[in-house]
Amino acid sequence: MTNILEIVRLTKLFPVRNGFGGKIGEVRAVDDVSFAIEKGKVYGLAGESGSGKSTIARMIMGLAGPTSGDILLDGHNITGETGSRAYGRKVQMVFQNPGSSLNPRRTVGQSIEVPLAAHGAPRTEHKQRVSELLEMVQLPADFASRFPHELSGGQKQRVAIARALAVAPQLLILDEPTSALDVSVQARVMDLLVDLGRQLGLTYLFISHDLSLMRNFADTVGVLYLGKIVETGPTASVFESPQHDYTRLLLASVPVISAEEEAMRPRIPLIDGEIPTAEQLIALRGGAAPVSQRTEK
Amino acid sequence: MSEALLSVRNLGVQFTTYGQTNQVLKGVSLDVPARSQIALVGESGSGKTVTMRAIMGLLRTPPARITGGEIFYDGRDLLTMPAKDRLKLRGTAMSMVFQDPMSSLNPVFTIADQMGTILKYADRRLGRSRGKKERMARVHEVLGQVRMRDPERVARSYPIMLSGGMRQRVLIAMALLSEPQLLIADEPGTALDVTTQAQILKLLKDLVEERGLALLMITHNLGVVRETSNYVYVMNKGVVVEHRPTAELFEAPRDDYTKALIAAVPRLTGGTSFGRAGAAA
Repeated sequence: MTNILEIVRLTKLFPVRNGFGGKIGEVRAVDDVSFAIEKGKVYGLAGESGSGKSTIARMIMGLAGPTSGDILLDGHNITGETGSRAYGRKVQMVFQNPGSSLNPRRTVGQSIEVPLAAHGAPRTEHKQRVSELLEMVQLPADFASRFPHELSGGQKQRVAIARALAVAPQLLILDEPTSALDVSVQARVMDLLVDLGRQLGLTYLFISHDLSLMRNFADTVGVLYLGKIVETGPTASVFESPQHDYTRLLLASVPVISAEEEAMRPRIPLIDGEIPTAEQLIALRGGAAPVSQRTEK
Repeated sequence: MSEALLSVRNLGVQFTTYGQTNQVLKGVSLDVPARSQIALVGESGSGKTVTMRAIMGLLRTPPARITGGEIFYDGRDLLTMPAKDRLKLRGTAMSMVFQDPMSSLNPVFTIADQMGTILKYADRRLGRSRGKKERMARVHEVLGQVRMRDPERVARSYPIMLSGGMRQRVLIAMALLSEPQLLIADEPGTALDVTTQAQILKLLKDLVEERGLALLMITHNLGVVRETSNYVYVMNKGVVVEHRPTAELFEAPRDDYTKALIAAVPRLTGGTSFGRAGAAA
């Protein structure tokens, strides 16, 4: 039971400015968030737009600096050095929209070579490694010479996964990796992620608003609302007996396709769950939601 | 068949781009009886959106060409009637609820301006007329019907001042302005958060039931099909592969494609196993 990633009291404040650039307040985009991911497991962060899930991913990737709190990777505090090469070898990310995360002017092979070159793999080995990676994501080797526009959405996302795996990372951050895909394509990409996870012993941080998908992929889930984790625990128990009102609202809102699923949806009125604006948030400050924490059975 | 409010018979559509011709619809038939809630479900490229655009007369020709079939509304073939008559039906007898609330609203006009304009032209097509005051009264009335707490304030607002859910409700209000009998909804709420989407779907369902409208819901989401329809058409590669009462479809799908589609949907109850090894996560 070793934790590969540990997030300790992570907080990110964004200034809110008026029309003249003067600071009129702050938004707690991420508010005192702590969680840990065990090696080889899938941790799911569920939340809607504005909940702070992408800000957390960006801070772990070193694309944004936290206001306070620590990020521990393999027990080492890496808060200040998340952007470094050594860190990048351990943590990689797969973005939501493969249409915009792949450079349209690079071939698939060139795209996958970028991280190889950046991390100093000898040039002579690039070709070999590219075909290995394409095989890993179940694409034919001749895809290396194709351009992204020649690929379907599912194929593009496989290329993005291959690129993320190029430096053999330990932790993969998946930011809504299938939300742009058709449901049958989504199923195949999820198959691939599960297979790769087992083969390579990968650890995943899975960010999604799709609770049905979360239920079937994540071992542990954290529900984010207004920058706070309002409920966390083993996925099955959070879904079967949600404790927090927001979790219940989320579950009640999922469109489902069977009577069994309908039966497990909390029967509550669908209230206005929309995330307040920055100004409203400042007015709301102080009214923090209680956190529901559960431990493994 | 003639008793259906909308009846599409054997519709064929082809697209010609760069000299290549693709038969996109290969004989699609579907019926929307009055006061019914029908879903048309398919993945990208299935032809569901082309079917919808053909019904509304929004296909650009060329590149599109209708190669055959009929579309009856209230017993009259939309494809052979004079363009002027067809225009009278569009937006008045049958209305569309569009998908993307941000790109369907003009950012530089207020909601009242945009809804007023729609109403003015709808009135003109039907040979009616009403003053600006009456038009605004109608705009406020319809905004109230889509459960806006303060219709007058919403009417004065620009799109950017409203949340995504409110914008989507404005689009529904726009479709209701001239009291259509048929609403065609193209994936409403997919651009929104799940909690907001759930509210929008519920609102749409309530409105359709209250006002006795027929609803044709175009979607890729089987969950949405189950929540909003009682009869469903499944499309794949330009043909309807299966059509049944919605409850039956989920209990015992017949077509292989439908079966595969249903199997691909992850379940809230768990038990959907990903990966070749097959063991549940």
